[in-house]
Amino acid sequence: MALQDKYKELTDAATAAGVSNLQVKEQDNVLYVDGTAPTGAVKDQLWNIYGKLDPNFSSGDLVLNVNVAVDASVTKVKVTTDSSNLNIRKGPGTDQPIVGKAAHNEVITLVNKSNDQWWLVRTTDGSEGYAYAQYLTPQL
Amino acid sequence: MKMRSLKFLPALLLLGVLGSCKPKDADVKTAIEEKIKSLPNVSGISVDVKDGVATLSGSSADDATKTQIENAIKDIKGVQSVADNITVTPPVVVPTSTNTPVAISADDVLTKGVADAVKDFPGVTAAVKDGVVSLTGSIKKTSLPTLFMALNALKPKKVENKLSLQ
Repeated sequence: MALQDKYKELTDAATAAGVSNLQVKEQDNVLYVDGTAPTGAVKDQLWNIYGKLDPNFSSGDLVLNVNVAVDASVTKVKVTTDSSNLNIRKGPGTDQPIVGKAAHNEVITLVNKSNDQWWLVRTTDGSEGYAYAQYLTPQL
Repeated sequence: MKMRSLKFLPALLLLGVLGSCKPKDADVKTAIEEKIKSLPNVSGISVDVKDGVATLSGSSADDATKTQIENAIKDIKGVQSVADNITVTPPVVVPTSTNTPVAISADDVLTKGVADAVKDFPGVTAAVKDGVVSLTGSIKKTSLPTLFMALNALKPKKVENKLSLQ
């Protein structure tokens, strides 16, 4: 229960912000918070609270797995890398050969997102493959 | 008149003796309460006894428990009948999600996912063992949340952060 108290601000904020399927479980001294945030801003807000309650995530007592709801109608994603190009790979994994690249800030086509970490995309030049989902931002 | 009233005295005395043999309602109540207390998994049942009629109230988890209580007390001395007003209230079912253990990814799945996640952070070394992701090396403070978001999404048991911050 102590962990639930420590991260109460976080779970309260998740509830208030309308995180769906919110699940909070404590097991072996780790708190697991899962859910789907309505927007990327809500996810960022929760991570900011996490960073405040546990500076630099150094305690290892929380696994915060909140993904962002992506509307089924979304077909375009923007490449939101820091500055570099994004590799498009043959399969889901960095061990897969690179079949193409998408430029920083380029908007490309989302084909499907059956894998949480790797989304299947198609670049403007028509090459199709998997890109790391963290660097893709859905466009409405 | 005086003699006549005396004639009934033995009969009155006899009635009094018989009456005292019949257990008092309060004693019966105590006996029933003791009995109920001794039953496993039974709580929240109260009993009232009046003229040998034991009235049970409260709630039990199922019909079987209700019957069990009835059977246990009906043979107690002084209980002439049992009025069972116990209501059956099934226990509130806690959603299974809170009972099921947390899903932790297998090490091989984690290892692959962690490799993908740390690829863009050259200073970071990650090891996976029994679901625990251990991070060593160094990282830019501003990149730390990005890395953690990616790692936490892989369903690890926990993430041990021994990174030094730049």
